[in-house]
This record gives sequence, C-alpha cells and structure tokens, in this order.
Amino acid sequence: MEATVQDLHHTKETAHHEVHHELPFWRKYIFATDHKMIGLQYLFTGLIFLLFGFCLMMLMRWQLAYPGRPLPVIGGIIGDIFGKDDMPGGIMSSDFYNSLGAMHGTIMVFLGIVPLAFGAFGNFVVPLQIGAVDMAFPKVNAASYWALFLGGVTMFASFFLPGGAARAGWTSYSPLAEFDPTMGQTMWLIGMVFLITSSLLGAVNFITTIIQLRVKGLTWMRLPFFVWAQFVTGFLLLLAFPPLEAAGIMQLMDRVADTSFFLPDGLVVSNQLMNTKYSGGGSPLLWQHLFWFLGHPEVYVLILPGMGIVCEIIACNTRKPIWGYKPLVFSVLSVGVLSFVVWAHHMYMTGMGQKISIFFQTTTVLISVPSMIILTALIISLWGGSIRFNTPMCFALAFLPMFGIGGLTGLPLAFNAIDLYLHDTYYIIAHFHYVVVQGTIFALFAGIYYWYPKATGRIMNEFWGKVHFWGSFVCMNAIFIPMFLQGMSGVSRRWWDGGATYEFARPVINSNIHISHAAWALALFQIPFIINFFWSIRNGKKVSDNPWDATTLEWAAPSPPPHGNFTRPMEVFRGPYEYSVPGHPTDFTLQHEPDPPLKKI
Amino acid sequence: MDIPYTVSPRLDTGLWNAKLGIWLFLASEVMLFGALFSTYILLRVHAPESGVLMWPKGSDYLNIPIGTFNTAVLITSSITVILGWASLVMKNLTKFRWYMGATILCGLIFLGVKAYEYNEKFHHYGIFLKGGTVVTGHLVSEAEDHAMLIPDAKGDHHSEPKRFERSEIVRISCFGPKYSPFFAIYFTLTGLHAIHVIGGMIVNAYLWGPGTRMWATQPARFTNRVEVAGLFWHFVDLVWIFLFPVLYLL
Repeated sequence: MEATVQDLHHTKETAHHEVHHELPFWRKYIFATDHKMIGLQYLFTGLIFLLFGFCLMMLMRWQLAYPGRPLPVIGGIIGDIFGKDDMPGGIMSSDFYNSLGAMHGTIMVFLGIVPLAFGAFGNFVVPLQIGAVDMAFPKVNAASYWALFLGGVTMFASFFLPGGAARAGWTSYSPLAEFDPTMGQTMWLIGMVFLITSSLLGAVNFITTIIQLRVKGLTWMRLPFFVWAQFVTGFLLLLAFPPLEAAGIMQLMDRVADTSFFLPDGLVVSNQLMNTKYSGGGSPLLWQHLFWFLGHPEVYVLILPGMGIVCEIIACNTRKPIWGYKPLVFSVLSVGVLSFVVWAHHMYMTGMGQKISIFFQTTTVLISVPSMIILTALIISLWGGSIRFNTPMCFALAFLPMFGIGGLTGLPLAFNAIDLYLHDTYYIIAHFHYVVVQGTIFALFAGIYYWYPKATGRIMNEFWGKVHFWGSFVCMNAIFIPMFLQGMSGVSRRWWDGGATYEFARPVINSNIHISHAAWALALFQIPFIINFFWSIRNGKKVSDNPWDATTLEWAAPSPPPHGNFTRPMEVFRGPYEYSVPGHPTDFTLQHEPDPPLKKI
Repeated sequence: MDIPYTVSPRLDTGLWNAKLGIWLFLASEVMLFGALFSTYILLRVHAPESGVLMWPKGSDYLNIPIGTFNTAVLITSSITVILGWASLVMKNLTKFRWYMGATILCGLIFLGVKAYEYNEKFHHYGIFLKGGTVVTGHLVSEAEDHAMLIPDAKGDHHSEPKRFERSEIVRISCFGPKYSPFFAIYFTLTGLHAIHVIGGMIVNAYLWGPGTRMWATQPARFTNRVEVAGLFWHFVDLVWIFLFPVLYLL
C-alpha cells in the first residue's frame, strides 16, 4: 500500500519525472519496511544474541572445569552485573548456573539461530532469489522483527530481576518451572509469547511471498533449493509454534492464576502437600507433549535453512549442477511432514507407554531417510566438480561431515532401549550441537561470507576467513567429541559440578578442563570474524555484482540492491543450477538469461 | 516498484496476497485452539470417575440459555459481516456501514453477556472439606479460623449461613480458573476467544470508521480488506461454535 500511496504522491507532485527521495533515517534504518534492511536488523540482533548466549556458556564452562573455584579477574564484575548472590566471592551459585543453562538454550535457539537462519537469510535472500521487489507484506515484516526485539529485551531483562532469569531448563518442564518463586520464569513465558508471535508473522509472510511473488517463468521446479528450504521452514513455524503458545499461556495461568493444567492431584513439593493451593487434576506430561510438538519441528527449523545455504554454495563452488535436485525437493518436503510426528522421541523416559514409544521410534527412523538423502545428494554433488576452496565453500564442505556425525549419532537415540541409557547425558548435548553448531552455525557463517558481497558490494578478507574457519573447526570438534565419551559414561548434562561428586564420572572428568579451554579458544577464533566483518564494510575489496559467477537471480541485482531490488523487470528461463553447460561461453548461465535464437542451418 | 497482486489475483494461484496470508494465519490459529481443545480432551479423559475432581457436566455450572443466546448473536454477526462485504461489491458504502456497525454491535453484546457470566462465577464459592466433599454457595465472610457460607438452595428451601472451621477446610475458591481443571480450561478457552473477538472488533471498527477513506481512492482494495477481516471474524465465530457444545452441553 505504501508504495502505491507514495507513487500517487509522485504523480501529483512531479508529474513529469520520477524522483527517488530518500527516506528519513528512522524510516530507513530503524522502522524499516524494506526486506533487505529488516534482514540486516535480524542479522545483527541474531549475531549479538548468539555471542551473548555463547558468553553464558563460557561462564558455565569455568564452573564445570573448576567447580567451586572463584572465577579469576571477571568473577567480581559478573557479580556486579548480575547480582552479588549469583557469584558470592566470584564462585558461581547453583541457581545462577541453572539460569545460565536455561537461558543459553533459550537464547541460542529462539534468539540466535532462528532469527539468523529464517529471519536474516530468509528476508535478505528469498525475495532476491525469486525476483520479487519486496516481501508480500512489508509492514507485517517489520512487526515481526519488532516482536522479536521485544521478546529479546524481555528475556535479557529477566537476568536483572531479583532472583534472576528462568532456571528450569530451556524446556521449562512442569511442575519444576511452576514452583520457582522468582519472576524469571514468568518473564520467560512472556518473552516466548513475543518470540512466537514474531515467528508466526514471519512464516505467514514468507509462505505468501514464495507462492505469490515468484517472477514470470520461475516455476516450482526452477526454485533454488534455498527457497524450498525456507518454504518448508515457514510451514513448520506456522503450524508447530502455536501449540507451544497455548502451552505457554497455560503455564502462565498455572503460575499467575493458580490453575493446575500441569499439576497432578496429590503433588508433594518439599514435603508439603500442594492441595491447599491447587485443585490438581492436571498432567505434567501434557506440557512435555505440547513443548515437544514445537520442539521437534523446531530442530528442522534450525537445520533446513542451513541445508539450503550449503546447497547454494556447493553448486556454485563445484561449478556443476546439484546432483538430484528433485530428490532434494521431495526429501525436504517429506522431512517437513514427518517432523510433525516424531516429537515424543524426546519423552521415552516419561513412561508414556510402550506402544506410544514404538510408534515414535518408527517415525523417527523414517525421518532419517529423507534427511540422509539430502546429505547424500550434497556429497555426491562434489563428485567430478572443479572445487574452489574459498571461505564460504570451506564452511559448506565442513557442514557435510559434521551434520553427518550429528545425524548418525542421533540414530541410536531413536531407539527406546538405548535412549533410556543416554537420555539427558552429555551424549545428547554433543549430538545436537553437532547438528546445530557445526551444522547450522557453519552454514550460517558460510552464508554470511557468501552473500556479504551482495549486501555491501565488497568481499570479506579471505585469509582471516580461513583463520576463522580452521580455528572454529578444530575447536568445535575438540569441544564436542569428548562429550560423546562423557555421555556414554553416564555423565548427566544437569550437574552443576560437572560430575566431581560422582565416582563413576571420574575417568572422564578431566575432559571438562579440555572442553572448557577449547570453548574459550573458540571465542578467540571468532575475533577475526568480527573484525573482518566490520572492517570489510568500508575496506573490503570491491567486487562486481556477481563475484562468485553464480546463477541464481540475486546476483542479477546490483550490489547492494536498491529499494525495489532489480533495475529492470525479471523473467526466468531456466533452472537454478546451470553450471558448465556445454557450448555456453561461460561456465555459468544465469536464470534470467534467455536461450539464444536458433541458428539457421 | 509496487508489490504485485495486492488487489487482483495472480493467475496461476488464483489468489491475491492478503487472502492467502489470512488463510495461512487462520491455519496457525487452528493449531493454537487445537492445542487447547486437545488439552480439554486430555484433562477430561484423565479426570477421576468420582470425587471433587470428577469432570462436571457443563450445565452443572454454566447457563445454557445464556450460551445459546450468545451463539445466536455471533452467528448473526457472521451474516451481517458478509452482507457488509456484499454491499461493497455492489458499490454501496452506506449499506456497508450499517452492516459493519451491526457486526460490531453484535460483538459488543457478546462481550457484555460474557462479562456478566464471568462476573457471576467470581461471586460463587466452593469450600473443599477434608472429608473429600465440597460445599458451594455464597461466601459471607472469611476469617483466620473459620468461613461463613450460604450454601446453594436446594428446591424452595431457603438456606441459612453456615460456619466452617479452618481445621476442616482444605481450600476455599471462587468458581474462577483455580477452582477445578474444568474452570481452568473454561476460562482459558473463552478468555482467549474473547481476546480474538476484541481483536476482530478493533479491525472491524477501523474499517467501519477511518478505514473507509480508502474507498474513495482504491475501492477494490478496500473491499479486499473487508473480506480479509470478514474471514477472521468467521473464524472467531467458528471457534465459538465449537466452544459452546464442548463447554456448555457436553
């Protein structure tokens, strides 16, 4: 609507020629409606929260490596910031440790990865790749970002309330979460409602944009795989998040209005029968079902955009078409559908019943098939390619084995009997961090290096990119490989002292120190990235609109793309990955390049 | 450069953007209320066969004639909102204003009746006794050591205030959300529904009032907006069509 009204004004005021007047600062950068600016807002917000969530974990790693020892140098400062009770004498209190753990999970998942993978890359890249001028609903898009921002502020602010942030784990299981007397958990629930609203508005917008705004000729089977991945992700967010919103509302009712949705009859807490306050009659399992009904599709929300990014980069840097485009598309759709029927494999320990476990065991094994088809197709795509080992490609290549390890270590967890043993151990931590950290975050880094020239017109420094890559690659594996071993020895993920008081943890407890040092080294290796990122905005090497010689439509727009994205109307004539087409003068054929007229014989 | 398909449909999908957008949004709303209805089923199946936690019949606590009246009000508003849209298609803004006004009025009546129902519940109490029984009625006073309650009259027989010692009381609660799982889900479902009614009314009121300015410049687009608001309003009605039998009749 905005554009139309503006155009009307244009025709009234300057009847003869088009004037492209600049928007005021606050409309261009703060309350922006342009999809690229909103994408960048998501990017910065996501990266800041990613760093913040990582800092929380680095604090926890001190406590795990050296339980009960005061944190040197910054221990006092942390106490000054978060409250003296959290770090008495520089030693982390168990409540504070629990807060850090719960908030690390929440922030990384809902404020780090989702805003980056879906919000930032989806917003910036999808409209460009489908040749659209903007998202279908620019104002809804802005509202989506600001809902996320409010959610982030709520979560962040909860650290500074008396009693600190939520500390019942990122899963907020009832009844534990409901008997926490501090405000933290209530703030968590309110923050989640904002974050869910944000994802919901984003999902509606993305799906509508992809269905409605594809340019002429861009049929479904000509869509870049990244767009397909975002499309499925949109549906997952749209349909899986509302049940968690309902659950959040009910837990809020339990906490604020003393209902007992999740509290059974005859509940005893601290040797006290709770029936003087609560009616009882609820079910703690209900929370878990509703939480994991979101929680499992959420895993695919985290990984699918990463797969999409990796697919784009691999096709471009092997200079050949992706192997098995259609299997990829149908696999990503199958993953989307199946991800709605696997949630209770997180709940084998609850005793929900053998028959239910068997059902979810079967579906979980089924979903690994399309996931591995995607991975296999990407690996086969490397075969016979002329691979360019630039920074984005290094990250994308590392994604393949890392996600492979993450995926394959998940298979044993699908089986009820094995999961009973491994449940809630460090094995689980290692498994999903292989998927989400070495998997998704590597893909996100790859995406940042890859699309940076599109957003700025300049390229990031290659040498420091490689330093960032190799440092991160080594450190991340040094962190998570020992965790598999710790987990298989039975070390629980919830222990505040890292297992120091448990005899059977003794053989693997030394790993805690190595892991912590690797985690802090990982932080050091992010410094080249941060400096490179900001330094290159002004000082990076200037490059053309299509520096990687890629084929998809975003490279047909100027760098950085102006408001409205393309300088001329677009039309698509071919599939997304036409590299090294025989007889073509270059080894890439852009999607909007028409076929040459047939020669007369 | 304009965003295409804001007014006219795209040929291969047959939809304009906002129409697709609202249907997707409604799909997510179905999941939201679906989760709460599933909760209702689970709590009810889970409830014991006897005792104070036994699942009540809706009519034990809720007034069916009032609920029926509210159902009729909302169905009427569904008809008026579609007549409003039809008036716009026939290029009659005045008639649209009347119909949309009637829709908003129906929403107000619905909320008024709901407020009356809520209010009654918050003034009706139950005392849960140690023996596993509950006495309901109107609370006269509550003190440190005892509570006075006029029990609900049975038949014509008029009740006198009765004294309950604190030592025999487990808890005292009005018929609010904390009274029982039934009331918890009743208030959560109807409360969330009421928030949706209010949201729909705000949009409708905007389209009835300042929103009509668009009619002068882009009538087709304004008609589309009304259609989208109407789709949401129908959904809100539909939720109530499910809520009424589930909570009042079953």
